[in-house]
Amino acid sequence: MWDYTDKVKDYFFNPVNAGVLETANAVGEVGAISCGDALKLMMRVDPETEVIEAAKFQTFGCGSAIASSSALTELVVGKTLEQALAISNQDIADFLGGLPPEKMHCSVMGYEALQAAVANYRGEEWKDDHEEGALVCKCFGVDEGMIERAVRSNELTSIEELTNYTKAGGGCLTCFEALEGVLARVNAEMVEEGLIVASAAYTVGAVDPKTLKRKAKPSAAVGASPVATPATAQKSPVISLEALEKAAAATEVITPAPAPAPSGAPRYTTVQKIKLIEEALEEVRPFLKKDGGDCELVDVDGSNVIVKLTGACVGCQMASMTVNGVQEKIIAKLGIPVRVVPVK
Amino acid sequence: MPTPVYLDNNATTRCDDAVVQAMLPFFTEQFGNPSSMHAFGSSVGGAVKQARASLQKLLGAEFDHEIVFTSGGTESDNMAILSALEASPGRDEIITSAVEHPAVLSLCAHLEKTKGVKVHVIPVDEKGLLDIAAYREALSEKTAIVSIMWANNETGTIFPIPELAEMAKEVGAIFHTDAVQAVGKIPLDLKSTQIDMLSLSGHKLHGPKGVGALYVKRGVRFRSLMKGGHQERGRRAGTENTPGIVGLGKAAELALLHMADEQTRVAALRDRLEKGLLQRIPSCFVTGNPAERLPNTSNIAFEYIEGEGILLLMNREGIAASSGSACTSGSLEPSHVLRAMNVPYTAAHGAIRFSFSRDNTDADVDRVLEAMPPIVEKLRALSPFWQGADKAPASFNPVYA
Repeated sequence: MWDYTDKVKDYFFNPVNAGVLETANAVGEVGAISCGDALKLMMRVDPETEVIEAAKFQTFGCGSAIASSSALTELVVGKTLEQALAISNQDIADFLGGLPPEKMHCSVMGYEALQAAVANYRGEEWKDDHEEGALVCKCFGVDEGMIERAVRSNELTSIEELTNYTKAGGGCLTCFEALEGVLARVNAEMVEEGLIVASAAYTVGAVDPKTLKRKAKPSAAVGASPVATPATAQKSPVISLEALEKAAAATEVITPAPAPAPSGAPRYTTVQKIKLIEEALEEVRPFLKKDGGDCELVDVDGSNVIVKLTGACVGCQMASMTVNGVQEKIIAKLGIPVRVVPVK
Repeated sequence: MPTPVYLDNNATTRCDDAVVQAMLPFFTEQFGNPSSMHAFGSSVGGAVKQARASLQKLLGAEFDHEIVFTSGGTESDNMAILSALEASPGRDEIITSAVEHPAVLSLCAHLEKTKGVKVHVIPVDEKGLLDIAAYREALSEKTAIVSIMWANNETGTIFPIPELAEMAKEVGAIFHTDAVQAVGKIPLDLKSTQIDMLSLSGHKLHGPKGVGALYVKRGVRFRSLMKGGHQERGRRAGTENTPGIVGLGKAAELALLHMADEQTRVAALRDRLEKGLLQRIPSCFVTGNPAERLPNTSNIAFEYIEGEGILLLMNREGIAASSGSACTSGSLEPSHVLRAMNVPYTAAHGAIRFSFSRDNTDADVDRVLEAMPPIVEKLRALSPFWQGADKAPASFNPVYA
């Protein structure tokens, strides 16, 4: 059984705005019954103000497709067409408290129906470039089509680059062989088309998967999918420990980071700096300790913060991520850029 | 919450209490290794022998040593096909059907891709009946093994396995059948057939999970899959899963006892549910071949709605079943079985499988008959294809197809 959030269940069991909107003047129909998904979005747009006054939907699809459709109608009502067009599929997923990666396409369908409905209202024809392939990376919900697009549009030739752009392979890495298969195939096609030189193309077996680092903690129900921006590949994925993000979020509520001085970056004495860094480390510490590790401050040298990782952090494959996370935390605290350097 | 109604017995069954009781001593005082010389081992060895005999009886096998205990249906299927390929010099073709379990189909696809094995996939018609002419056509001196299921897990459709086995023998091919769904539900008498190998699984017949068996007819060339010790006469290395084997033996014994009940009372429950649903709900139909079918299985396609939604709403009523829909499996395609039968997409996505067992009662059927019509109605009200019971489906042309 899928791990649906309570909000998804609620919107599936008691969908709002289901049915036909007789007065609709903007209708978007997307999906295909062969895929098991189809959505008809009907909206009433005020021609004067371009505000969406009402929206209803009809959906053929699974629980999350129905919930996504219903959520979409709630999201668009009261917005102008311009505002509505800014809604991404991630917004729909977020509204529902997240979707399992395999189900992110349900929110994409909502996004597309909205685009199609607005195009219909404006008398334009909406074409989508969305295609779905088999899901390759289950940790982050990346399908073959997305990998192929990322490889082609960014001329990617290594698994590391591919992971940086799409997140695919950044989790459990059981999809490694499938990933390298797609990369090698697309690269070979690109060589043939003269897009890249043969020597740059990735070939199967060129990398030892053991050397590939885990990039982030996959979180199935949080909607970590890069489908968020279907049209453009993500340039720099956010890489940080989920736990550290949580720590940052928690402290934002309790002790807001010092507001940056209007004249620019805040200035601290070394002692003030050390004090703030220690505070930042203190906030991170419970999360490290939970995994059996710890981190202590060794020295502060200009913008370099020297730390020592201890306990389970020593030799941990995630150590570099931990350092990145600690660095983010300290930067947030100080409001100035620093570099965290781990020493043995 | 009312008492749950479990109608997903083709997925797995409840382990019978008597089975659990029979197994328990083999976790504690009866812990010996059956291969050992001492008393600890030999009494366990006796229990394994008894389990083998129970299974022999259920299958109607000529000898008890024709039973090889395994970890389950998937291992048995892999073992049979890989053994036959290795033990049939000069033969490198497999014949199978389009509606097999993935344990067979994905192994065949793998062998085709990596070992250059030629795989003939025999199609079925809209009732799920095997294309016998195509089967006859595919059989040749090159055929190493035919692997065709006895009964289909999704529709319950039964293939004429003894006849298919005879045809395979005419060209000297090894004949294997995945009988995971058939064993315990229909009477078998393997000694009177030409079937060389048969797979079964414990948890489909009220036994424990993680144990199964492969029947290997005496005299059939066999190459082991697992290399190691001499267990199972060198055909399946590894210390025996003695609690599992004892449980499977007990389950086999009980299955034989309940066979008549399965054929009569359980079949009647299934029939009443099916008839009732078809009467109460418009635009739905039974998939598969009602004339030749497992007594416990009914697969009904509810048109213009999607299976996962149906299952979620059923689950809320405490009713468990399963669906051939794409969305429940994580793939984008609906059930390969229903697609092979050319069931239209509009219906395949809304196909629900109800599979009974001897645990089910009349009250279960009443509950489902009451719950289903409003569930289907609710989802149809949301569907862009549905226009009403007596109307054609809405024309609906989405942007991409």
